[in-house]
Amino acid sequence: MMDRRSFVKKVLNGSIAGSLYLVWPMGGDSLETPEEIPGIKGKEYDILTQEFAFIVDVTRCIGCGSCCVADKREYNVPDGNYRTWVERYVKGFSDNIYVDSPHGGLDGYQHPRTDIDEEIRDTFFVPKLCNMCKEAPCVQVCPVGATFISPDGFVLVDEKRCVGCAYCIQACPYSVRFLNPITKTAEKCTWCYHRVRKGLLPACVEVCPTGARKFGSMKDETSEVYKILKGPGVLTVLKKEMGTFPALYYKGARREVI
Amino acid sequence: MDAHSSAAMLVSNYVFPNDLHVHWSMMIVLYPYITGLVDGAFIIAALYYLFDVKSLRPVARFSLLFALAFLAIATLPLLLHLGRPERNLNMLLTPSPSSAMAGFGYIYAVSMGVVVFIVLFVYREDLVELRATSKGWLQLLYRALTFDSIDVSEGARKLDQKIIRFLVGIGIPIAVVLHGYVGFIFGGVKANPTWSTPLMPVIFLFSACVSGISAIILAYIVIRKVKGRSIDHNCIKTCVKTLTLFFIMAFTFEMLEVFSHSYLKSGYHHMVEGLLNGPLASSFWLWQVKICSVVPLFVLGVMIFFKIKDFIYNFMAAAVSAVLLLQVLIMRWNVVIGGQLMSKSARGYTEFHPEWFDKEGILAVIIVMAIPFIILFVLSKIFPFWTPDSETNVK
Repeated sequence: MMDRRSFVKKVLNGSIAGSLYLVWPMGGDSLETPEEIPGIKGKEYDILTQEFAFIVDVTRCIGCGSCCVADKREYNVPDGNYRTWVERYVKGFSDNIYVDSPHGGLDGYQHPRTDIDEEIRDTFFVPKLCNMCKEAPCVQVCPVGATFISPDGFVLVDEKRCVGCAYCIQACPYSVRFLNPITKTAEKCTWCYHRVRKGLLPACVEVCPTGARKFGSMKDETSEVYKILKGPGVLTVLKKEMGTFPALYYKGARREVI
Repeated sequence: MDAHSSAAMLVSNYVFPNDLHVHWSMMIVLYPYITGLVDGAFIIAALYYLFDVKSLRPVARFSLLFALAFLAIATLPLLLHLGRPERNLNMLLTPSPSSAMAGFGYIYAVSMGVVVFIVLFVYREDLVELRATSKGWLQLLYRALTFDSIDVSEGARKLDQKIIRFLVGIGIPIAVVLHGYVGFIFGGVKANPTWSTPLMPVIFLFSACVSGISAIILAYIVIRKVKGRSIDHNCIKTCVKTLTLFFIMAFTFEMLEVFSHSYLKSGYHHMVEGLLNGPLASSFWLWQVKICSVVPLFVLGVMIFFKIKDFIYNFMAAAVSAVLLLQVLIMRWNVVIGGQLMSKSARGYTEFHPEWFDKEGILAVIIVMAIPFIILFVLSKIFPFWTPDSETNVK
């Protein structure tokens, strides 16, 4: 007759052993990072030849806010500042546009707006992040060169050089920059450069449940972004008239999107 | 309710989440204000030393010291504003040539050098006298300040005058660059429709002259009255005429900028109009335009066209100068802070509430503005403000 204590012990031992039997055949690879962007992991990264693109598919975004949560956790973004955010657009039959982004969409959009006193024609969500401009005004105005464009096309901030003058914040037409209240230096979305260099997707792309955020190499002809950008579909950029030539493209963005 | 929910949740007032905070606050209002005072004061000195406007003799030396006192602290508001002030020298050591802001350190250093040298040459005779009566380290200081020369002969003084004319001559373009450049810092931001205009350096430059000349008029009248000394009426008249000229140009260009926005109807003009008629309706139209521009224009017109008794004229000059000093400060506020109230979403405006005890707060502003007057007081102990014969023109 087995007492209760030995029974529980046996069951636990069995569970652990059983789990190991399941995990062991997968080998040690399961503990390593996956290869999400082909051609980078385990190879020498040639910074001069790499090129990436980011596409936001507005028609797929459901406003869940997962991207914002992932981003906030990836970078420990202080409250009230946003490296990325999601806007909710509501269009009435009178062509009025109502836009909001409470807490940058961090909590998702779980409830409809109740303050609109007209019949709604349409509604959609627009994720926002760094546009990685090829002619970046933030890079131009930085007085100490702390903001720079890497040879592989990423606009980055060297927080060890930044003096915190906030000129880049004024110069960015998309308001994706802020002064980090802890480091007192300028900060913004980097398209998760540290992840990309390991062959991983940006955190927001990784968690997006609907594929509204797409990222990939333009050197890889099989990548989704390559196919979309080289394909016949219509893509737009934000504030084209600013002459910043963003590397962030929008698919299905209505003309109301600014 | 935090700023986010109060501003961003409004139906038709959407502000980008990172635009809710105004990043350039009161210290960046003060910075162009201070460099403007320097420029204006320098113009008065230049009119006397280079353009031979003799009636400005009573205030010429004072203008230089005034410019020096304010120039000495021009970097202070910037240091208070920087997130990492300890890295400020990076701007000089590792400047990025593409940035307009990177030029500041050099332009500032050259301006400072030129003004210091002008003051030393203007006061060389006084300094030689002081050197003769001083001992120890003070004598060493005066030896350095007089370039170790005690020659005050006719020939030496003529050489001094030539050097002063040359320094003031190169000082004018430097002063224009210093302040025109400040305007360009704003004018070069294409992301902000209220700033992004080539008129910005012009407006800043003329308003700088207005504030500096006003400050000299007001300070001269107040100091002389307090000290119970006479006021040179001719000098005040020339100052007021110069002030009128610069103010007409400053105000015209300020209005031209507004007119350009509404006439050209270029991108986002509706946001600029909404800004001036909404959040800035009081500080722009009422204070900057009506009270502090139209009223002074009228008063200056009366002072130019009508014969007025000297003491009333002087009182009017002091009063109109005080109002114009306020005009330029409000104009800086409306440009710097007003421009940032407009979100780049082009759908809404944020709010700015100054704090008292922040490092860029109201108290810090008062302290920063008090320091040049302390410097001026200290300078007055070494460099006498007024030439002895400035009493001769007295009425």
